[in-house]
Amino acid sequence: MRKLIVAASVALAMMAGVAHAQERNLRIAFDVPYEPFEYKDENGDLTGFEVELAEAMCEEMNANCEFVIQAWDGMIPGLLARKFDLIMSSMSITPERAEQVLFSEPYYNTPGGWFAPEDFNTDVTDMEAMEGMTVGVQRGTTMDTFVTEEMGGVVSIKRYTTADDMVLDLEGQRLDVVFVDYPVGEQTVLSKEGFKEVGEPVKLGQGVGVAMRKRDKELAEEVNDALATLKENGTYDTIMEKYFAYDVKM
Amino acid sequence: MPDFIAELLNRNDIFTASTIMEYWGGLVTTVQLVFLSLVLGLVIAIPLAIMRTSKNPLINGPVWFYTYLFRGTPLLIQLYIIYYGLAQIEGIQQTFWWEIFRGAFYPALLAFTLNTAAYTTEIIRGAIVATPSGEIEAAKAYGMSWALRMRRIILPSAARRGVQAYSNEVIFMLHASAIASVVTLVDLTGAARNIYSRFYAPFDAFIFVALVYMALTFILVFAFRKLENYLLQHQRPVSG
Repeated sequence: MRKLIVAASVALAMMAGVAHAQERNLRIAFDVPYEPFEYKDENGDLTGFEVELAEAMCEEMNANCEFVIQAWDGMIPGLLARKFDLIMSSMSITPERAEQVLFSEPYYNTPGGWFAPEDFNTDVTDMEAMEGMTVGVQRGTTMDTFVTEEMGGVVSIKRYTTADDMVLDLEGQRLDVVFVDYPVGEQTVLSKEGFKEVGEPVKLGQGVGVAMRKRDKELAEEVNDALATLKENGTYDTIMEKYFAYDVKM
Repeated sequence: MPDFIAELLNRNDIFTASTIMEYWGGLVTTVQLVFLSLVLGLVIAIPLAIMRTSKNPLINGPVWFYTYLFRGTPLLIQLYIIYYGLAQIEGIQQTFWWEIFRGAFYPALLAFTLNTAAYTTEIIRGAIVATPSGEIEAAKAYGMSWALRMRRIILPSAARRGVQAYSNEVIFMLHASAIASVVTLVDLTGAARNIYSRFYAPFDAFIFVALVYMALTFILVFAFRKLENYLLQHQRPVSG
């Protein structure tokens, strides 16, 4: 019996070794639409900054990648349940998330931006002037954490699951101002008549990283190496310039 | 605070004083929302149920249409229409209505009240229709007017028949109130969603809130059993 077990485990170890030498399969999760990071183009094909970066990274790692669409709420549970191996969906690195997942080095960082109707002329950093205002944020984002911690007792905070619902309430005058990831605000709020950016964009947090399961330490190293190469050899800059007018590199 | 609770709170990341307060705030909102919508819904439903039993189609028809409309569409859709729809009406922001509908509480209360009133109307109507004709004939023989008959005979008798079905509606309403969190209201479910998205611990955040809902349901079931015992005590066998 013992011999059989030893033989079986040797065979398994050999198979694992063989699989390693071959092209590996990786599944990468995105939450769409989140323009310009990941969204579907007119043909229904997945594209965007992070999607192109993921493609370049897979090429660099010599991996066979499959892209998976996953709603934001189930992102981390899906990763832990092995539905996919990597999250490249604008997941900001936070200590709370780092308890659950392993992050790569950050690969981009966008600031949070304040957006409001044209007639809004309050200084968003002036706590006395902001007193009693209603601020909209997306639940669980670094913008949410910032507003909760910095202005918690001063303003009333409304938390939304999607940016669409939040913009609808800004249009309906339920919100005085929203604090949202800058590119998202640019796409959703500024694209409408009668809205403007207010105050200065705020750099928040440690940037966005690739999230993996905690035990996949080797994978994390490979990801870090691949990202470092892309940042150096100009591939990263080419992709970034395609989608952004400003610098998001980290 | 007893020592063992303080110790329990110190040993985990999620149930800190601030999250407990958030859950408490959510509990207060849920109870307010459900209680107010049930009371208002019942107050609306009783006259509507009487109208619904009328033989005149001009009285009966509109009530039928109302209950059909609100029972024929999902509560979530009704909530979306009332919350987001009202804000899209041109110029509503300048009227006094906006004071009421700017927040999320009153739109949710309106949606829940209209919804539960529709179901309750049909429950009471069914109970009124099932009144034994002998009771009504006896009341007529006593020379009771329509109003007196309704007040003394038909409605009390209908209440006894309707209370079991109504207790289901109350529990259903408590659980349906969980969708209030989609319009930014921080009820029990909203608090759980906020805490979940802060700590990424779905089991802890949602199982706790499920237990709170179960405790609330237990209280409701208990209260309705007492009420049923009271209303139906004349049917209990006389113990020797």
